[in-house]
Amino acid sequence: MINSSLKQLGQQLASKQVSSVELTQAYLQRMAQLNPTINAYVTIDEDKTLAQARAADARIATGDFGPLTGIPLAQKDIFCAKGWRTTCSSKMLETFISPYDAHVISQFDAAGAVNLGKTNMDEFAMGSSNETSYFGGVKNPWDFDRVPGGSSGGSAAAVAARLCAAATGTDTGGSIRQPASLCGFTGLKPTYGLVSRYGMIAFASSLDQAGPMAKSAEDCALMLNVMAGFDERDSTSVNREKEDYTRGLAAMTGEQPLKGLRIGLPKEYFAEGLSADVAKVIETAIAEYKKLGAEIVEVSLPNNNLSIPVYYVLAPAEASSNLSRYDGVRYGHRAAEYNDLMEMYMKSRAEGFGAEVKRRILIGTYVLSAGYYDAYYLKAQQIRRLIAQDFVEAFKHCDVIMGPAAPSTAFKAGEKTSDPVAMYLEDLYTIAVNLAGLPGMSIPAGFAQNSEGKALPVGLQIIGNYFDEARMLEIGHAYQQVTDWHTQMPEGIA
Amino acid sequence: MALNLDDIKRIAHLARIEVSDSEAQETLNKLSGILGLIEQMQAVDTTGITPMSHSQDVTQRLREDVVTQTNQRELFQSIAPATQDGLYLVPKVIE
Repeated sequence: MINSSLKQLGQQLASKQVSSVELTQAYLQRMAQLNPTINAYVTIDEDKTLAQARAADARIATGDFGPLTGIPLAQKDIFCAKGWRTTCSSKMLETFISPYDAHVISQFDAAGAVNLGKTNMDEFAMGSSNETSYFGGVKNPWDFDRVPGGSSGGSAAAVAARLCAAATGTDTGGSIRQPASLCGFTGLKPTYGLVSRYGMIAFASSLDQAGPMAKSAEDCALMLNVMAGFDERDSTSVNREKEDYTRGLAAMTGEQPLKGLRIGLPKEYFAEGLSADVAKVIETAIAEYKKLGAEIVEVSLPNNNLSIPVYYVLAPAEASSNLSRYDGVRYGHRAAEYNDLMEMYMKSRAEGFGAEVKRRILIGTYVLSAGYYDAYYLKAQQIRRLIAQDFVEAFKHCDVIMGPAAPSTAFKAGEKTSDPVAMYLEDLYTIAVNLAGLPGMSIPAGFAQNSEGKALPVGLQIIGNYFDEARMLEIGHAYQQVTDWHTQMPEGIA
Repeated sequence: MALNLDDIKRIAHLARIEVSDSEAQETLNKLSGILGLIEQMQAVDTTGITPMSHSQDVTQRLREDVVTQTNQRELFQSIAPATQDGLYLVPKVIE
């Protein structure tokens, strides 16, 4: 059961071989057993969850149901869910009970999916290891000494340890794809604007995008069918016709289903910074794609190395503005003692935010402050255009771009916490995609042995052109028809 | 542009985050590292390049000026740190 695809689970529910309550209880039992160790979920509410499961069973009984009705999912704790504690893994929101639903949550509710709980994350999604969470780190199910990646680390561990059928994440600079690589599952960051940001706690609004985290490309397609869609409450939601992201998957069989596909390999992704064991896995995966009929072309993204400096101007700048709302007045943490309003603001924010969030707010405040705007913020926006143009140029020569999603396999907890800049380099292959607003995904492509002989997953990143998610999912699915990396589970979680 | 402790205090005040003297040095070290990373941008000639604020080339949508939400003050204030008579309580700002 725990390794079943969403399609299989849906068929079992539809044919009443299993009820949603039974399926949900099975996951809740696994969570009770494994979550105290893995720490993937920060809020579990069995009563709410089981009420949804019962409602799903009632829908199935009347015949009014869809592909995800009754399926138990994990929701990243960045999505406001009415009546649920929604914390963004911050002390600032430790007691915040959301009075409303995020668009993503209401879409899943309408589809009849079951919410198993809210997953751990880096505080306000700022981090690449889940270690900035106020609720503590998350263990990588493949090696408990290592991090799951971040910021969607709880959702990542929940998918990898089969503590949910699938999960949601958000990706501002790599927060879906890097954990997908480090935990060995399929994660998709859609084109900016495809999934509504309404009720998704804001970090860097011009980059934030929600997406599915699941075992396979097919599962991600089913999830995206529910998540994507126009929402007038998000001013950057793209108004375009609904697509069925599963429509091309069935055709991905036979000898060479990808005949004619041009895969671009950016030479900058295979240069300094990429560990040799990851490079080997990626090269093997590319060879598999050649067998599936694809042809390989070399492309160049000459400004990729600038994506990290640009991101660490723009994202903190936007964050410093977005997070100014946490002032201890209307909701969130308020200091116990203060003498005046200014002191109330300053103490509430000093107590409520963790060290990494404070650093980013301070950097953002600095780059936006009088006299520095042109040198930092404007300059970063100009280079952002150069980075986006690199992709426009590359896509003249190829249909998709492939490369690593992360420079190495999962690293040890504590290894990079003392050096923010070393942590930032984790996102070397993912950030440019956010800056350009393009869709990107990571699929399991194999394993590399660590120094202790443990096998750690490696993800292959697939970057598509704007709104090419359906084609990307087909390309991922074609690979998953001839490989079984995506069905492998960590030892000790079954 | 190297930062000093006075800069940290000034930025922290602008950001409304209290930074104690003992935290200021550590903050300075970490922010200086990050600014060192950001400095790589200065080597790029960006003359004449239009800044890109957003990946989409769209303009703000307009909507009909009609009521779409009802007042939910009690619900929203139920999660507030301090309220009285439907108002949010803060320290006195005007004597």
